[in-house]
Amino acid sequence: MKIGVVTFPGSLDDCDAIRAVRLMGADPVALWHADDDLKGVDAVILPGGFSYGDYLRSGAIARFSPVMDQVITAAGKGMPVLGICNGFQILCEARLLPGALIRNVGRLFTAIDTRLRVESTSTAWTSAYETGAEITIALKNGEGNYQADAATVERLEGDGRVVFRYLDNPNGSVSDIAGITNERGNVVGLMPHPEHNVDDAITANLDGRGFFQSVIATLTA
Amino acid sequence: MALVVVNVMPKPEILDPQGKAVTGALKRLGHHGFAVRQGKRFEIQVDGEITPARLDEIRQFAESVLANTVIENFEVVA
Repeated sequence: MKIGVVTFPGSLDDCDAIRAVRLMGADPVALWHADDDLKGVDAVILPGGFSYGDYLRSGAIARFSPVMDQVITAAGKGMPVLGICNGFQILCEARLLPGALIRNVGRLFTAIDTRLRVESTSTAWTSAYETGAEITIALKNGEGNYQADAATVERLEGDGRVVFRYLDNPNGSVSDIAGITNERGNVVGLMPHPEHNVDDAITANLDGRGFFQSVIATLTA
Repeated sequence: MALVVVNVMPKPEILDPQGKAVTGALKRLGHHGFAVRQGKRFEIQVDGEITPARLDEIRQFAESVLANTVIENFEVVA
């Protein structure tokens, strides 16, 4: 099973994501922003960082990179896609997910372990968790404040598309939203970094493993 | 060469932490009674004449690239 990880100029956590994929038993495939094919991968991760320096807006330039045309097409056909932090911002800019991420309410760059409640397990990336489970995942960003208009938030809530909620909202996100999914459940975006919580050599908290177990289970089902 | 300006502002209902920071700084400097919101100004040099078709093109990419209309409004000033 091949899971692609896209590197944009300015990506930071691509190597961590690749490492996490390998550690969890899948084959990581490095994808480059200028690629115009996905090299036969079964799923794609858009990692954290500051793609293209986050010029214009976070994720705004990356959204128009050649590899994203392929990701958007593949996502439309049901391929699992996970956007972490900057990857979530890119998914919103690409309109694969609704809403947008703006600067944190306190204006500070926030780097903490954050407590999350798993609100939906019917996605390609969360099926290994239990609904209502409380997990702790590393969070580090300056623009993690999720915003969408009232109608969009109502739709997300009504359709069960809020996937993760902060137990202690660190950035002002509407309805404490930390992560959401698309209608089909194959595309998930969140601000916290599950790839930092998989390796027992560097952390005792392995709550991020479920993302990778979920997508592997989804792809082998 | 002609110039077209695109102004992009956060929507009124969207919190503007940068504008709030500027407002706070002005207050500390003794400038009271001001509320600042911060946006972006794009200056676009256009080769040749500005035709209605070129303006439409600018409006189009202002909406799809320069602004994120989920959180921002924009205006094109020719």
